[in-house]
Amino acid sequence: MVPITTTHYLVVAAALFVLGVIGVLTRRNVVIVLMSIELILNAVNLNLVAFSRMWGLHGQVFAIFVVVDAAAEAAVGLGILIAFFRNKETINVDEIDLLKW
Amino acid sequence: MTQTIPQVADYIRILPELVLAFFGLVVMVLDPLLDDEGSRKTLGGIALLGALCGLGASLWMAQSPGLAFWNMVRVDSFSVFFHVLITAIVAVVILTSYEYMAVQRIRAGEYYGLILFGAVGMTLMSSAVELVLIFIALEISSISSYVLAGFRRREASSSESSLKYFLLGSFATAFFLYGVALMFGATGSTNITAISQALQAKGVPRLAYVAVALMFVGLGFKVASAPFHVWTPDVYEGAPAPIVALMSTGSKAAAFAVLLRVMFEINTPGRFWLIWVSAALSMTLGNLSALVQDNVKRLLAYSSIAHAGYLLVAFAAQPGPGISAAMFYTASYAAMNVGAFAVVSHFAGAEERYVTLADYAGLGRRSPLLAATLTIFLLSLIGIPITGGFFAKFYVFSAALKSGLVWLTLIGLLNSAIGAYYYLRIIVMMYMREPKGEITVRRIPASLGVALALSVLATLYLGVLPGRVLDFALRSATQLMQPHRAAITPAPTPPVGTM
Repeated sequence: MVPITTTHYLVVAAALFVLGVIGVLTRRNVVIVLMSIELILNAVNLNLVAFSRMWGLHGQVFAIFVVVDAAAEAAVGLGILIAFFRNKETINVDEIDLLKW
Repeated sequence: MTQTIPQVADYIRILPELVLAFFGLVVMVLDPLLDDEGSRKTLGGIALLGALCGLGASLWMAQSPGLAFWNMVRVDSFSVFFHVLITAIVAVVILTSYEYMAVQRIRAGEYYGLILFGAVGMTLMSSAVELVLIFIALEISSISSYVLAGFRRREASSSESSLKYFLLGSFATAFFLYGVALMFGATGSTNITAISQALQAKGVPRLAYVAVALMFVGLGFKVASAPFHVWTPDVYEGAPAPIVALMSTGSKAAAFAVLLRVMFEINTPGRFWLIWVSAALSMTLGNLSALVQDNVKRLLAYSSIAHAGYLLVAFAAQPGPGISAAMFYTASYAAMNVGAFAVVSHFAGAEERYVTLADYAGLGRRSPLLAATLTIFLLSLIGIPITGGFFAKFYVFSAALKSGLVWLTLIGLLNSAIGAYYYLRIIVMMYMREPKGEITVRRIPASLGVALALSVLATLYLGVLPGRVLDFALRSATQLMQPHRAAITPAPTPPVGTM
């Protein structure tokens, strides 16, 4: 059995991060884009908790802050999305096209 | 670290934030009790009072420099500088909003509350010396501005700009956070001084470079520097004009303050080329895209990208002159840009109908005063002598030359010349073209008059007597580098300037 080390957690976190970035860049539904951003934030949390194994509790406290922030961001984001939906009747990223070059 | 209960001195060192948050809460509590008219008049007044009290508290805070809340907050000349700057910007923005909100017929309670809460985040960003706190402050200011950008709720363009800002902004923040997490992993701390010492003592792990790059993505987004600038024109075009004034000066100044702390106080490894490329790209892309714009808000958005580029030039220079030049630049850019957007928000009229370049034709004849003030701000944005913009550019480029950045300076100077074209285009429009159609220009109300007068005075003051502000900035720069220098003296490492 290979013991699970900090590195393993970091690799998982990096994978989550990449998945999140791909999601943000390729998905067309705003809600899924939001979820992808949450995925990146969770990658951050995983990183922080993994690192606190090396450096002490700081990282875990930080992770709690990130969770709170993610919640605040989601609340505001969904609110903005509803305001947008009322005006344009769509939540498709492709159709956010009023302002452009 | 031993004390477990915050002392009075701790609270004095975050007094401006406390005052701003208190007034923000008062505004929010009173909002439901007032009708639309009252929400604009009364709450606007309270918010203005709050901003001014915040300004006073910042000056009071300056009397007790030092660390607070277990080394999370540091009050030094640097943070006092940005506190005063940001609270002053907020006061002027509130003065501008006073008329704007009435013309747009928007209920304004939450608006003023959010401006004050945003100001809490911005001021906190400038005094935070702990990456966690920086992140929290960044989010306080960003989330407020996401909402504020969409405040013209009935306009599709405004809610679209808000949604864009939110999606890209939280994406960028996620990058910043990932960088912070990696920095924590690389050095074992989130305190800026501790990180700096760890990097000095143990050498720079490869993880730290990745961390710096990721953090730069997040902060580069907030200051609207290329290649993270794509959101800027769209958001600035759709957001309410006074809020654009706030975002392009207040949030930007705060983000630059963080960038200065992170880059110089940590003495970030591998920052030079990141900044070099970003500065050159921002200046060039910003100015070239601004050339073809017809919407004044959009044009000023590209101009703000270009100015972020000039500012970043100072970051590539040596710490001493670089930091002070950057600080001076944020101050004078704030003065002229807040002023310019104050004119734009007055002229735009109901539903922001008049924002294209063609609408500005003949403004010189219809409203000489408005045209004259806008001309002063535009000349300052070009960098004509006796305006603040001139000395701002002068100090940045001379700092860059002193550090041997000949190419970057050259790119910057060329860009300033390109920039002159599109600013002059507005001036030519205002004075030399016949007005197209009837646009009634409203009289300038007292609140806007005060805002414009303050901006003009600040722009000219910085252009004629830059000495005092620059001295203060220089002193702050040396102070900022102090803890860092204390950490580096024992080690015989070469100075930063060799890069």
